[in-house]
Amino acid sequence: MTKQSAAPPSRAGADEQSSTGVIDPPKEIDKKKLAQERDQAKERQKDRLGGLEQQQLIDLYRQMILIRRFEEKAAEVYVAGKIGGFCHLYIGQEAVAVGSISAIRKDDYVLGSYREHGQALAKGMSARSIMAELYGKATGCSKGKGGSMHMFDKEVNFLGGHAIVGGQIPLATGTAFASKYQGTDQVTLCFFGEAAVNQGAFHESLNMAQLWKLPCIYICENNQYGMGTSVDRAMSLRDIAQKACAYEIASEFVDGMDVLAIREATLRAVERGRKEQLPTLLEIRTYRFMGHSMSDPGKYRTRAEIEKYQERDPIKLLAASLIEEQITDEATLEKLDKEVREEVEDAVRFAEESPFPSPEELYTDVYANPIETGQSRTIR
Amino acid sequence: MPTLTIRDALNLAIKEELARDEKVFIMGEEVAEYDGAYKVTRGLLKEFGPKRVIDTPITELGFAGLGVGAAMAGLRPIVEFMTFNFSILATDQIINSAAKMLYMSGGQFNIPIVFRGPGGTALQVSSQHSQALESWYAYFPGVKVVMPSTAADAKGLLKSSIRDNDPVIFIEQERMYGLKGEVPEDPDFTIPLGVADVKREGTDCTIVARSLMVPLALEAAEKLQEQGVSCEVIDPRTIRPLDIDTIIESVKKTNRVVLAEESHPICGVNAEISHEIMERAFDYLDAPVKRVSGADVPMPYAKNLEQLAVPDVAKIIAAVREVAYLD
Repeated sequence: MTKQSAAPPSRAGADEQSSTGVIDPPKEIDKKKLAQERDQAKERQKDRLGGLEQQQLIDLYRQMILIRRFEEKAAEVYVAGKIGGFCHLYIGQEAVAVGSISAIRKDDYVLGSYREHGQALAKGMSARSIMAELYGKATGCSKGKGGSMHMFDKEVNFLGGHAIVGGQIPLATGTAFASKYQGTDQVTLCFFGEAAVNQGAFHESLNMAQLWKLPCIYICENNQYGMGTSVDRAMSLRDIAQKACAYEIASEFVDGMDVLAIREATLRAVERGRKEQLPTLLEIRTYRFMGHSMSDPGKYRTRAEIEKYQERDPIKLLAASLIEEQITDEATLEKLDKEVREEVEDAVRFAEESPFPSPEELYTDVYANPIETGQSRTIR
Repeated sequence: MPTLTIRDALNLAIKEELARDEKVFIMGEEVAEYDGAYKVTRGLLKEFGPKRVIDTPITELGFAGLGVGAAMAGLRPIVEFMTFNFSILATDQIINSAAKMLYMSGGQFNIPIVFRGPGGTALQVSSQHSQALESWYAYFPGVKVVMPSTAADAKGLLKSSIRDNDPVIFIEQERMYGLKGEVPEDPDFTIPLGVADVKREGTDCTIVARSLMVPLALEAAEKLQEQGVSCEVIDPRTIRPLDIDTIIESVKKTNRVVLAEESHPICGVNAEISHEIMERAFDYLDAPVKRVSGADVPMPYAKNLEQLAVPDVAKIIAAVREVAYLD
């Protein structure tokens, strides 16, 4: 038996066991049990309310509902044929982006995968610029050249959606490297799904991050499916947080349906990053309520499984906690919802009215220092 | 002007650029404590310390991607591949991240990075360690591909590559590190990317050659001169973007052209050059364009087979005589 040199992952705040064992999808709906579990989760969340001001809590709620409404609208306009290509929605996972990004500063870096609309919104990008990008318009955050999977905004240090599974993980390790190199105390948040954990890029990055002590916070959003393949069918050791031990990296397993649990875990990781310049791996167990992408009918999941997680909807959970603890009331939350819906409608109008990129844009942004040599670049 | 090997000219370029700009650093396998597998980074750790000269684990995809991320955050990395054979593991980050980042971010994130190291054919190391990969990289818009053939070019082009704001694939020929040439001492001596160099002037046939093929083409030209054939040797130096105008101008003058390369012929850089010549100088050609390429096989180990697989002076001479209708 070799010596285990890293502490086992913290499970503070997690109601479920990590995925060491087989994830057992419910076959039938046990409404009583679901309600009981939900209430337990709510009680745990209520214990965390004390750490934040009323306005902060309401802001977290607003951001989550903004992402939800934005994604619902994206689905609607996608079906209407207004946006093309792939479209991977974040519905069900809102707490992860909102909770974790609430724990960092504007100048910290965030990188994500192709399921990044929610993270982009949480980092402070406007609904307008994201919707316009989905529409492929010139006013989009990436000038209509990136689309759903490649949202970027230098202003808020949102360094992209990246569409090769795990491809953003070495990049995020690089931004963390740059922060340390330049002597800033910025941290990097790197979001990826659990399927990315099987890529070499994940393991190569974690090794370098701990070897060189880089302030990168790796956030594994374990929504339990890599497209249509469940983690059971794809991963030999399903306890993702435990994989950090292989690199002596601190890790935590976190309930992804509790925005406050995620915020708290991220705050601990941020502290470790800023003060000690050390990386952290967070395994955040979440669930996507929709298919992998808009074209996914989702036949690989049972109705009961989906209902189980819908019962734990992170937005409903926070609403219930806030109302029951009299931090706010239903009328206020409804008003917020109305505001958010208007913001999303405004984004759609903006996108609809914006022009497509001009044809000259086809050949711009290929090089920062273009060199004309007379070589053919078009078929004449 | 001092005479340096290509190895030392590259070393000097990196040294001067490290001294010039704090944002420049170099990382790769064995670049620091070991002084470089091919000694290109000799002495740099001692002079600049472990913050700027960084040994990496053998993790090509990882450190290539880390370099791209560092470039997104404002640094100017030089990433050394011990050989370009190993860059194959890193192509996802080179192509999908470095080459495309500026475009897919709508012009927000340029990637000022140099991926460099030895490439091309080597001696008796068989299939996985002896191959020319420039046509792969040159395929992708968003990167620049540079291949020097002299010590002065090596220094001037590497300095330009490090100062360039785009990703540059800088392929050195591992058999040429010891080749000597005069190199200007001026620390601001650079050679612009995308500009071909006429290595020898001539009137009867143009030979386009890059990297290891340049000294071979010059030797062939010398011998052909004795046979009464005057050859012009053009080294594009930058493969992407390719200075096609210089090549076309030469072809219009000589009306005959031979294209030499180490790489496989199919989908190679010379296939592209050949097309450009056909499109722009068709009426000037007195003979079909002739390619001299590496054999279309994985590189064999056996010495006799290896010699058959790689272009040499005799093959270039034969090709020139063929387009000149001398045989």
